[in-house]
Amino acid sequence: MTALQHKRTSPIAHLTPADIEQLGKELDALREEILADRGQRDADYIRRVIKVQRGLELGSRAVLLASIFPPAWLLGTLGLSISKILENMEIGHNVLHGQWDWMRDPAIHSTTWEWDNVTPAEAWKHSHNELHHTYTNVIGRDNDLGYAIMRVDEDQEWTPLFLGQPLWNFVNMLIFEYGIAAYDLDLGAYVTKQRTDTDRLKAGAKAVWRKARKQILRDYIVHPLVSGPSALPTLAANVVANVARNVWTHSVIMCGHFPRGVETFTKETLDGETRAEWYLRQMLGSANISGSRLMHIMTGNLSYQIEHHLFPDLPSNRYQEVAPRVQQLFERYGLTYVSGPLPKQVASAWWKIIRLSLPNDFQPGVRRQKASGVTESAAPSGRNPVAV
Amino acid sequence: MAPRVLDGVRTVLAPLARAATTPLLPADYLDLLAPLHPGAHRARVVGVRRETDSAVTVALRPAGRWPGHRAGQHVRVGVEVDGVRCWRSYSLTGPAGLDGTLTITVTGVDDGRVSRHIVERLRVGTVVGLEGPDGDFTLPDPAPAKVLFVTAGSGLTPVMGILRTQLSELPDVVLVHSARTGREVLFADELRAWHAAGRLRLVERHTATSGRLSAADLVELVPDLADRPTWACGPNGLIDTVADLLDQQGRLDQLHTERFRPVLAPVGRGGQVTFGRSGPVVEADGATSLLEAGEASGVLLTSGCRMGICHRCVVPLTEGTVRDLRDGALTSVEQGDPVAVQTCINAAAGPCRVEA
Ligand code: FES
Repeated sequence: MTALQHKRTSPIAHLTPADIEQLGKELDALREEILADRGQRDADYIRRVIKVQRGLELGSRAVLLASIFPPAWLLGTLGLSISKILENMEIGHNVLHGQWDWMRDPAIHSTTWEWDNVTPAEAWKHSHNELHHTYTNVIGRDNDLGYAIMRVDEDQEWTPLFLGQPLWNFVNMLIFEYGIAAYDLDLGAYVTKQRTDTDRLKAGAKAVWRKARKQILRDYIVHPLVSGPSALPTLAANVVANVARNVWTHSVIMCGHFPRGVETFTKETLDGETRAEWYLRQMLGSANISGSRLMHIMTGNLSYQIEHHLFPDLPSNRYQEVAPRVQQLFERYGLTYVSGPLPKQVASAWWKIIRLSLPNDFQPGVRRQKASGVTESAAPSGRNPVAV
Repeated sequence: MAPRVLDGVRTVLAPLARAATTPLLPADYLDLLAPLHPGAHRARVVGVRRETDSAVTVALRPAGRWPGHRAGQHVRVGVEVDGVRCWRSYSLTGPAGLDGTLTITVTGVDDGRVSRHIVERLRVGTVVGLEGPDGDFTLPDPAPAKVLFVTAGSGLTPVMGILRTQLSELPDVVLVHSARTGREVLFADELRAWHAAGRLRLVERHTATSGRLSAADLVELVPDLADRPTWACGPNGLIDTVADLLDQQGRLDQLHTERFRPVLAPVGRGGQVTFGRSGPVVEADGATSLLEAGEASGVLLTSGCRMGICHRCVVPLTEGTVRDLRDGALTSVEQGDPVAVQTCINAAAGPCRVEA
């Protein structure tokens, strides 16, 4: 099942197909239990988060009107950065997943929501909800694996372009919201001529421009101008807040699937994959971040990446609650629950990106592999109890 | 001069405010600071009064200026029940008060999650959604000289709105009202007082002891029935009885009706799915998702993962009931309160309609 043929044992070799189906049933039951309990408490939670975020944003913007005074600048910039992170992570990402659709509130609904990000919600829902969450960690299908510009798995073919990937990753981190927009457009595939349906690209690019223009106008022109004598400091505050949000979201997202211990899969995995096998792939393909309650909220509960990937449309405040039980399932079924504190996971992901910028021949402990050892042929038969 | 300056300010400020708050709207922030700002379709509950054991009258103060309504019309009220926003229509039971206060009277029915919530748990101070007014269950102008109202249960509410507003203009009113028992008659004191004062003739029918009102009963109770344009509101059975009777008399044009509960679609496994207003009608079994059923007959539906995780396939369900193929959970809609459902994991549970 996994593409890591250089690994000596498959992490699921001990599971029979019946075991896996049973695991699927247990996860379904867990999901139903939460659905049955979902109610006012959850609705109150998301309303409160939205209220806090908007209040913080209004307050910070107000303080920035006086940002010519350094303390005001500092306070306003900090507040604006936090508010933007909350808006993207705990609110935007999760609302767009449809986690709050059940409330039937048109103001908090995946079909009407637009977020503070240059990529339009529609484009994001396609590339993220649909592609990434369905094809999680399948090499060649899930573009989140290195965002098509990096090599994050031994089984992705090495080309000299990847030598620069620590640098690409650093730049991408700083301008992450534009990186996401390019990624949603699948820009890389057009550049390398893998995709030629340029009409789609044009339409998509137009939509991004329409959205980005408004975002730029708001942050870099309207608010600075309204600040009068504080125009320049306000401009700077907006730049810093956007970059801070970019760095934070980039780091958190890197921790979701890149750290050590996370598995990748071959395309064959998808053939006839059952719901239970899909669950299993999510379990093996995601990594959590451990930390304080505040950290979890600031990551949009993506720190519960495993729980989020198992149940992408359950309200985010519930991930923390199901985590211990999900972890028990991991133990009972002899699987590894990958988790670690933020600095460790970020370092682990960065190390992978640096390490894999070099071909496999230079990897310590990795069996020599021909550069043409592409993933399609990567899953040897007999080691593959899942995707039969 | 002054208004023009104001307009000028507005034409500059409004786009500026929008540019400053994109991708949200200025109103989204306003909602936070003042949920009852004049532009909001909301109202505050300013009074809850018990009418009978199972009914309450709720006084609502609308956020903005109330545009006015005609007696007999209803409003849509949005309340949150266990975190889920639900909209229901309720008749206004009187004219707007001096301070713009509106009243509705809600009877809790056993299977009505929303009505029971209002009767049992709604508190003064709660903010609810408010839309409308709507409806043409109203008297013409000028009002006819003789009128008959036939009501049952909470079907009395729009008629009460008419009586409280227009009784003085109506010289000859007969009201035949059915309730299970005398205790359950809504607005009993007010109605009986009017009756005693000779302002209308009230005929109470207590169905627990006398049984349901039949056409023959009605003919007997109201001898000059043929002279009376009729307004009927209540359960479907009652309305059908009155309609059949007037039809026999060739007077169907003199009947005005309002069904206070929509005709409920039966719940089953599979059923007829209608796509859009005029789209194809597809017979789908209980194991086929709406998405597959639609696609099989050429409906263009958006989809993504096709396994219930991405929410790309969400469309409004406007009629009927669907069943979640994963856990069997039913989602039903009431008239005028569409629910967004995922087509890839929901199957028809009886006849239903989705807007594709
Ligand atoms: S197509 Fe993905 S949820 Fe329906």
